[in-house]
Amino acid sequence: MRRALSFMVLGIFSVLWVREPSVAAASAAPPAFNDLDEVMGLLAMRQHGRVEFIEQQFLAVLNRPIESSGELRYDAPDRLEKRTLKPHAETLVLAGGVLTVERAHSRRVMDLYSYPQVQPFVESIRATLAGDRSALERLFHLEFAGSVARWTLTLVPLESKVRQSVTQVRIEGARDQLSKVEIRQPDGDRSLMTLRPSTPP
Amino acid sequence: MIAHRVRVLILWLGCIVFAAFVVARARYITDLSAFLPANPTPIQQLLVDQLRDGPASRLILIAVEQGDAAARARVSLAMVERLRKDSQFSSVNNGEAAADQRDREFLFQHRYLLSESVNAERFSASGLNAAIKETIENLASPAGLLFKSLLPRDPTGELLNIVDQLARAPAPQSRDGVWVSADGTRALAVAQTAASGSDSDAQSKAIDAIRAAFAAAAGGSRQAPANAVQLRLSGPGVFAVAARAKIERAAVRLSIASSILVVALLLAVYRSLPALGLGLLPVATGALVGVAAVALGFGAVHGVTLGFGITLIGESVDYSIYFFIQSRQARGNIGVGRTWQQLWWPTIRLGMLTSVCGFASLLPSGFPGLKQLGVYSISGLIAAALVTRYVLPALLPADFAIRDVTPFGTRVAVLLQAVRRIGRAALALGSIVLVLLAIAVLYRDRATLWNRELSALSPVSPEEQNYDALLRADLGAADVRDLVIVSGPDLESILRGAERAAHALQGLVDEKVIGGFESAANYLPSMATQEIRRGSLPNASELRANLNQALGGLPLRADRLQPFLEDVEATRHAALVAARDLAGTSLNAGFDALILHQKDKWNALLPLRGAAAGQEINLGRVVAALQDGKVDDAQVLDLKQESDALYAGYLSEAIRFSLAGFMALTVLLLIALRSPLRAARVLAPLVLAVLTVAAGLAIAGVHLTILHLVGMLLIVAIGSNYALFFDRQANAEDGGSNALTLASLVIANASTVIGFGLLSFSEVPVLVALGTTVAPGAFLALLFAAIGAPAGNVHAQHS
Repeated sequence: MRRALSFMVLGIFSVLWVREPSVAAASAAPPAFNDLDEVMGLLAMRQHGRVEFIEQQFLAVLNRPIESSGELRYDAPDRLEKRTLKPHAETLVLAGGVLTVERAHSRRVMDLYSYPQVQPFVESIRATLAGDRSALERLFHLEFAGSVARWTLTLVPLESKVRQSVTQVRIEGARDQLSKVEIRQPDGDRSLMTLRPSTPP
Repeated sequence: MIAHRVRVLILWLGCIVFAAFVVARARYITDLSAFLPANPTPIQQLLVDQLRDGPASRLILIAVEQGDAAARARVSLAMVERLRKDSQFSSVNNGEAAADQRDREFLFQHRYLLSESVNAERFSASGLNAAIKETIENLASPAGLLFKSLLPRDPTGELLNIVDQLARAPAPQSRDGVWVSADGTRALAVAQTAASGSDSDAQSKAIDAIRAAFAAAAGGSRQAPANAVQLRLSGPGVFAVAARAKIERAAVRLSIASSILVVALLLAVYRSLPALGLGLLPVATGALVGVAAVALGFGAVHGVTLGFGITLIGESVDYSIYFFIQSRQARGNIGVGRTWQQLWWPTIRLGMLTSVCGFASLLPSGFPGLKQLGVYSISGLIAAALVTRYVLPALLPADFAIRDVTPFGTRVAVLLQAVRRIGRAALALGSIVLVLLAIAVLYRDRATLWNRELSALSPVSPEEQNYDALLRADLGAADVRDLVIVSGPDLESILRGAERAAHALQGLVDEKVIGGFESAANYLPSMATQEIRRGSLPNASELRANLNQALGGLPLRADRLQPFLEDVEATRHAALVAARDLAGTSLNAGFDALILHQKDKWNALLPLRGAAAGQEINLGRVVAALQDGKVDDAQVLDLKQESDALYAGYLSEAIRFSLAGFMALTVLLLIALRSPLRAARVLAPLVLAVLTVAAGLAIAGVHLTILHLVGMLLIVAIGSNYALFFDRQANAEDGGSNALTLASLVIANASTVIGFGLLSFSEVPVLVALGTTVAPGAFLALLFAAIGAPAGNVHAQHS
């Protein structure tokens, strides 16, 4: 009704997509995918994860990249928390299909389904941390390169509508540790997140 | 004699034709207006208008249940897409982002007039610097990225500000692209009909359209699970339509059922079809005249009043029963020259007058429903009695005969004797004990005896009401309880008032006295406010200079913001936003819902939310804050308290009037019977029956409503006939056969108990209340009257 609005006004594109069961599993996996499975298996074994991140956004509209940093936390099976400390405190929690963004004076709840253009930004990281290959395959075409010791996973959104906001996500890692997440947008803008193990408190 | 007969019949037929004409032309209403005041105060009028025609009354809450989440979402989307094309609905929403495209365009276009942040300071160099800095920081988060493409046109992030402004209203949760309940088990949507909520026909059509759209959406889906999803609707219009259907269903079914039973009973007694046909004439005439009288007196007949049609069977069938059985007796036993009219009519007339006394107590009520019931009963009873008195004798064939029911009456008399053998003292003691017990029970439950909430009368079941509350809570549209109302002569004045009130209320939000509030001015600021905002926008060269200065140190080049400069300049020369500009956006429904236009008065409604769920708002603080803020044209209203106070007023009024009616009845009996003892003997069984039934209901955990009170009036009305016949039997020198009188009373009582007993099985609470009171009450009244009747007479008559 009147509250039709709210955060939904933000919706710029609307995509209706029904979650189809994965069919990719049926096809025979190329050799590299065995490594992918191993990496996924290693990741899936971790119940909790905590890493520090530094994120740089390269936006054409700006003269220089904007930088933010903070901590990324993951709790199995599907909770991802991105806690930005600098330059401004912001907590972003992804649980289930819902993204909650909290700042000093505001709290927003987004249903990711309504914002498919936001989904790759968070779901790529979450599903990878969870070692949830089928979740990744629901949204992306997967390409695995390298070895278990040092790997690169390239994710390309399956939906053309989603590709209007994200062309690819490239995740680099070693065994069960992620080291870099790069998200490219079709207009040439990109973000680069560098991860390193959290310094114990 | 023949001429007299013909005159009577012509007069009667004339009345019937006229009444039938009136009844056929009458307007029938089924909304809750029968339970709303006839002469409201301005606040009550507001309440009534809002309930009847207000935007809230046009809401239909739609839930899609069962099946799996994906199927529910899919059906919700397909259904809403279809409904959006239907002109019956002014808006349909299920949280789908696509619907907001137009909203977004509207908000974006008018952002510098709508955003609360717009003032001269914001467009100074430092203001711009701060705003742009924040916008750039927002870009770092995924949510902020949504605004990336807007940055060149909206570097100060006004769109986000407006969205935040509007998001202060609680929003439903969303999953898979559609609104869902808090527990995620149902997909939700809200439709607002174009027609008013009290237009039951239009509401019914709208509901059918939703059902059809759902069926198409669920059926059209290829996936099997979609078949399992179910639709459930709620809201004022849905309730009104359901109530109408329920009342119609109840009226039809119960009328048919009780007609069949009463006809069967009468056939068994009379063993004569003509007698049966004639016997139903008083009832039929009474019902017709009753409805016609209501239609003439009130302009419209309420559906519930029709439901009461059955109540007339209770007493008016009795008239013909008395007539047939007793006129046989008059002809057979008591010599020529003493007709039924002379022997029995005075008693029936007195019985009818006592009933009229009882129902007359409903006439002064401020409650149209009760007034209608009073008019209906009084005119119906008088008509039925007159038909019995004048038309039946005129129609009676010469060789008319019904079965002799003396043997039946004798058996009843024998039974009665057996009871009386217990001894008068014991019976008197028994009734005293019963009275004391009843009073004790009523005293024990005195606090909870009466249900003082308006909802007690609602034809909507508590289960449905709970479901409605559940959906509203999920939609963030919890039933509003506390409101601030700002009134004025035109829209602009109330929007200004609402802005002043909002300023005062914001203080209370900050102090956590209230959780929040809504205001139409959030959707459409007053012209005055928009004017100020427009005036605060700097001209092109000044803005350019400020911007250049503001961007120092920020990673943004001024030439990228050329669209911003153009948009601001355009707004400086653009027209202000008017209410009609909202049309076509989903904001319109939100705005509409907060504006109530009465004849020459506009009202802005500012619903208040509690600081925490279930927490009551300290309205004293709200009043004080509004006074401090000099918002003189604002009132604070507690809707539930107001409507309950309204009903409680009716209830105590009805109780007072009923007691007055009882007094009048007592006086009538004293005058007619010329003996306090006889009057007391007539009244005692009635009082006893009423007390026993009231105590019985209290023990059963029923909280009495105004309809139980009406039921008690009916007990007195019907029971007084029984008591008067026993009184007559005991006191008239030519009382006639005791057995026949008993037979007629038992048969009359059986028909009454059948008629009202069936009401107890209705789905309509008001009818159930009536049935459960009158059926046992009428039976007890006869029992008590029979047991308490002077005994000597029985022997005398029996010989």
